[in-house]
Amino acid sequence: MTTPPTPASESGAQPSPSPAPGTRPTTPRTPRTARSWLRDHSELGVGALLLALGVLVLTDALTMDVDITQRGPVGPKTVPVVVGIGLLLVAVLLTVDVLRGGRGQAETGEDVDLGEPADWRTVLLLSGVFLGSAVLIDPLGFPAAGALLFWGAAYALGSRRVDRDPLIAAVLSLATYALFDKLLGVPLPGGPLMGVL
Amino acid sequence: MNALDSLLDGFGTALTPLNLLWAAVGVLLGTAIGVLPGIGPAMAVALLLPVTYGLDPTGAFIMFAGIYYGAMFGGSTTSILLNTPGESAAVVAAMEGNPMAKSGRGAQALAAAAVGHFAGGMVGTLLLVALAPTVADLAVDIGAPDYFAIMVLAFIAVTSVLGSSRIRGLASLLIGLTIGLIGLDQMTGQQRLTFGSLHLADGVDVVIVAVGLFAIGEALWVAAHLRRRPPEPIPVGRPWLGRADLRRTWKSWARGPFIGFPFGAIPAGGAEIPTFLSYVTEKRLSKHKDEWGKGAIEGVAGPESAASASAAGTLVSMLTLGLPTTAVAAVMLAAFQQYGIQPGPLLFEREPDLVWGLIASLFVGMVLLLALNLPLAPVWAKLLRVPRPYLYAGIMFFAAVGAYAVGGEVIDLVLLLVIGLIGFGMRRYGLPVLPAVIGVILGPAAEQQLRRALQISDGRVTGLVNTPFSVTVYAVVVLLLAWPLLRKALPRRTTAPAGAPEASEAPEASETPGPRTPSDRGV
Repeated sequence: MTTPPTPASESGAQPSPSPAPGTRPTTPRTPRTARSWLRDHSELGVGALLLALGVLVLTDALTMDVDITQRGPVGPKTVPVVVGIGLLLVAVLLTVDVLRGGRGQAETGEDVDLGEPADWRTVLLLSGVFLGSAVLIDPLGFPAAGALLFWGAAYALGSRRVDRDPLIAAVLSLATYALFDKLLGVPLPGGPLMGVL
Repeated sequence: MNALDSLLDGFGTALTPLNLLWAAVGVLLGTAIGVLPGIGPAMAVALLLPVTYGLDPTGAFIMFAGIYYGAMFGGSTTSILLNTPGESAAVVAAMEGNPMAKSGRGAQALAAAAVGHFAGGMVGTLLLVALAPTVADLAVDIGAPDYFAIMVLAFIAVTSVLGSSRIRGLASLLIGLTIGLIGLDQMTGQQRLTFGSLHLADGVDVVIVAVGLFAIGEALWVAAHLRRRPPEPIPVGRPWLGRADLRRTWKSWARGPFIGFPFGAIPAGGAEIPTFLSYVTEKRLSKHKDEWGKGAIEGVAGPESAASASAAGTLVSMLTLGLPTTAVAAVMLAAFQQYGIQPGPLLFEREPDLVWGLIASLFVGMVLLLALNLPLAPVWAKLLRVPRPYLYAGIMFFAAVGAYAVGGEVIDLVLLLVIGLIGFGMRRYGLPVLPAVIGVILGPAAEQQLRRALQISDGRVTGLVNTPFSVTVYAVVVLLLAWPLLRKALPRRTTAPAGAPEASEAPEASETPGPRTPSDRGV
């Protein structure tokens, strides 16, 4: 069931491509410091988030004002209360599991190389490009903002072809705009650019 | 009207030029998307959900079905030529297919996979035609308690059968249920988790959740771990099979569907288990045992046939009961909701044109797939070389289009990114994505059925178990929950088929590295 190792050309770059995805190869072995313990147990954060979410859901449910609207024996509170309690319970169970050595397996994939530490710069850059383009849709229109999104995302992911990237971005964005706005009848804002053309 | 007449009517629907076009578009898109690394059928269907705003339901579902089958086929191409399967269904194809490609028999491996998909899809769809109306008839007068029971089954199955850790599956489900709670309560109009925001009062559109978790989450996750050098695909010519190969494979093609179909219909993780079971079966029955591991063609033919048939099985439970057993089915269910159509036993009565048109188009799509894929395989193989920055930038782009098309509001894009970041975290910490999506899609419906059932019974909990149907379903739920305990209690059988225990062991052990379970990754 394991993926057979990738061709020899690859194996030089990454010592163990797929076996035992449960163990985290990224953690350096510097035992007994508080920081490395925390890094090893960063999954506790998931438990904390689930706990916070559970508290949030329960608070929202219990502060609900339902006396006027209740219809039937089960009101709008019941299910949120159940979900909230479930979240608290799962948070505790997950924490226990992590403390006892359980680890969630990070997901693998064709283009995923878990041998390297996570590249946060790319993730932040991508998120920033995405948000920036989203804000620009209203003033610039969809075709321009969409092209910026594609170009920016490709840049964030490491593409540096200044001649090719913007061209592909523009064609893709315009084609999508035409397909949705004109053919499928899903309105997208053209913006000032489309007003000129 | 019997199934055959309905099917003929369905062909009338499916063979109109426009619907034929949608089937072709779906099959081509699906194959391309399946071949593209990093995109699976569920992400493909999720990214294409916005077309539902512009298309009629029949056309849209014909296209989605084409994508489903096409993507399964395309996924096996990736496995065989690249040896890094991304979809659960295609993991097994790499085991024998890749060694075949390495030893210069890639063309035969692709052909065995293509014909396997055709055979499996055909037999599977025939079984669908034979069974679906019967199931729908049996279930036709199910009421609120029964629907609720089915949804509980879906929740439990998706958390405890899939993935490697029940706790993490459950956490994912609860996250999904929480997102599903956001908005106005359907029965009373009470605001829940809206924090006074008018935008949240409308609820979070399921398109945004599906696209955020499947597409943005995946793109961000890959971005964080992008391979510096993508793996090199093995070059391949036009697929063909010699007489000797045909003699070895035809039985495997014929056996596959009967392993795949039942597993597709039950909530057991889609194609993952049946492809593996088929692999083990073929290995056991093979006369060429020495070739296994070095490229035995039966090991491609059988599992691929099983994979396609399991897709047909998935449609049985999705169409007749509204029970999604795979990620694709879950997203298709969301598409039904977009149209205000409730899949279930009544679907066959209320929307016969849609259902039978869809089923007939499966046959059409299968023929198109075989006709297109054999000659086009070298072209598809070129897709494996697409520069990764463009690929993932494209995913981000189309995700943005989809979310923006929902309501033309920028705030939806922000929401999309937030959900994408949740998806990123889930991938990092091994929370499967599918339970969350099922929670969002089925959660609100389940709550409604629960409250309706309890309203009828005047608040007595026995109102949930007062039909034979619901009792049966709950019995299955209990069995699923108790399965790990039962297995421990039962004496170990040493003669058990080598693959079966391994495949069913995966769900319970929380930290065994064990078999890779990319089931949640069927995106």
